[in-house]
Amino acid sequence: MKIVVTVKQVPDPNATHTLEGDNTLSREKEAVLDPGDECGVEEGLQLKEAHGGEVVLVSMGPERAKDAIRKGLSMGADRAILITDAALAGADALLTARALAAAIKGESPDLVICATESYDGSTGMVPPMLAELLGVPQLTFAKKVEIDGSTVKIHRQTADGYQIIEAPTPALVTVTAAIAEPRYASLKGIMAARSKEIKQVGFADLGVDKGEPAETIEGVVDAEARKAGEVIEDDGTAVDKIVQVLTTAKVL
Amino acid sequence: MSSILVYAELSEGKLASTSLELMAKARELGDVYAVALGAGAKAAAATLGKHGAKAVHVSEDAAFDDYIAEPATDAVAALTEKEKPDAILFGFTPDSREVAGRLAARLGTGLISNASDLVAEGGGFVARVPYFGGAKVASMKANGKPAIVLIRPKSFEASETGGTAEVKDLGVAVSDSSKRAHIVERVAEASEKVKLEDARVVVSGGRGLGGPQNFPMLEDLADALGGAVGASRAVVDAGWVPYSMQVGQTGKSVRPGVYIAVGISGAMQHTVGMKTSKVIIAINKDAEAPIMKMADLGVVGDALKIVPALTAAVKKKKNG
Ligand SMILES: Cc1cc2nc3c(=O)[nH]c(=O)nc-3n(C[C@H](O)[C@H](O)[C@H](O)COP(=O)(O)OP(=O)(O)OC[C@H]3O[C@@H](n4cnc5c(N)ncnc54)[C@H](O)[C@@H]3O)c2cc1C
Ligand SMILES: Nc1ncnc2c1ncn2[C@@H]1O[C@H](COP(=O)(O)O)[C@@H](O)[C@H]1O
Repeated sequence: MKIVVTVKQVPDPNATHTLEGDNTLSREKEAVLDPGDECGVEEGLQLKEAHGGEVVLVSMGPERAKDAIRKGLSMGADRAILITDAALAGADALLTARALAAAIKGESPDLVICATESYDGSTGMVPPMLAELLGVPQLTFAKKVEIDGSTVKIHRQTADGYQIIEAPTPALVTVTAAIAEPRYASLKGIMAARSKEIKQVGFADLGVDKGEPAETIEGVVDAEARKAGEVIEDDGTAVDKIVQVLTTAKVL
Repeated sequence: MSSILVYAELSEGKLASTSLELMAKARELGDVYAVALGAGAKAAAATLGKHGAKAVHVSEDAAFDDYIAEPATDAVAALTEKEKPDAILFGFTPDSREVAGRLAARLGTGLISNASDLVAEGGGFVARVPYFGGAKVASMKANGKPAIVLIRPKSFEASETGGTAEVKDLGVAVSDSSKRAHIVERVAEASEKVKLEDARVVVSGGRGLGGPQNFPMLEDLADALGGAVGASRAVVDAGWVPYSMQVGQTGKSVRPGVYIAVGISGAMQHTVGMKTSKVIIAINKDAEAPIMKMADLGVVGDALKIVPALTAAVKKKKNG
């Protein structure tokens, strides 16, 4: 079974972020493999361990995204493709999906695994777009994935429980953080990753129509903050005070 | 006048409350019509009419309930081709966003996701999109024709205008090639007494509760207030409570009359899902926790002591 896992390099969630003059995210800070995609890599590896085959990572980003890819390779993925091109800087979800789709088509995978949403973009739009462009069904918000021959079955997290979804492969699955605890790369894994292939492709190699960006950013402002209210120490009267607020708000 | 198509989301025959919130916004932007797919579509059309839809395109084909995204994408794409709306609005919900994504890729227009507002400007549409977990808000001009915009739940308040929508049969047959991702079973885990999204009081717990054994304390308080219990992601990830209770960027958005945050620090990814609550009360032992800077009332103290005392006081007030 051939599994493609899409992986994105994102600013470290534990660092503070700044904006550039052109309102794009500053990428100079520490960057890491998206924690959501780390779960995707883990699930890909577990499926490979159960069914055999190959795990190929596909990423779009600047050259330094290789660091994030290496992380996935050191966890155990077999090889990787990095789409990198100045022409793709600031790409929106559709252009990203188009570029990823073109690279993934060349691999003809049985399964594509994405995270439900990226840490920084958080649009959650690349996976459904990718599924459409690849012409495959999408099984989303998976907290469990099973493969049975040419059928993929998932537990899809919903607001009040889960659904069991089945589809024929090839298919695209998005996974939540509940899917699997990502493994730590072993020293052996880290050493092995150094010699694994990261194939670099440019935009022109993909034959993708660049299209128009879906949006133009006109400005960015600080979100309107709520005004701070009263802060009191619990000196024994706090409960009365809360009851008073509940009464004023007419919920009591 | 712009024409606005609202994607009305149905789940097991019920119209999503978010769809009615979108109607309230759509009415400000132009002539509104809607599309409703699956069981309950005709009944939903009547409700949508009361909320300002001039027409609702419906189909009650079971394929819309049984298969993920693809049948709905086909239907909305065909409708878009025919009606040429200037904008299509989707709720930023798990079910709707799958359809929106596929649709935008099929139409080749792209979209704007995760918006908190949409305004008409210069003959087009400008969306406000929160990012960095809600710390910043970007104004984004939609370039797509149609403009496809996904808007976060609870961004607007639904309200009736009292009209009647013309019900139009969509008249599309779902092709077998779109019947692929099949919902074979639905399993309900949470038996909520009061729906979190619709509760007028939400009592949410975070890591400060110390462990899952202390969550029933919040249920008692919520019960006494006729509300629902929510949670931070930290405790959902830790497995204390199910995901259905998560409030925030990757969970639910709520807008209750009162939100009580218990042992929650107030990370932006959490507050983006609750900061439009009318009144916020925080109970936290750290006076410097970010939640204290946005609460109408912040109580510095031990939640494990305050919550049971509060529940008792609420009960006493109600009975006395
Ligand atoms: C991409 C992304 C998406 C995210 N989405 C969400 C989301 O949807 N929802 C969400 O909630 N989070 C989300 N997060 C996580 C978020 O950043 C925080 O990590 C999380 O909200 C913290 O949860 P917490 O407040 O329960 O825990 P903590 O931050 O650990 O806070 C615990 C608080 O409890 C207080 N406390 C401790 N003991 C007591 C006591 N006895 N009495 C009273 N107070 C006490 C402490 O002072 C502290 O303020 C997301 C993060 C990322 C990166
Ligand atoms: N530039 C990218 N390179 C590789 N994968 C990506 C990229 N952008 C998005 N993805 C994948 O799509 C998921 C959702 O991203 P998004 O739609 O941006 O929220 C990510 O977690 C990745 O798995």
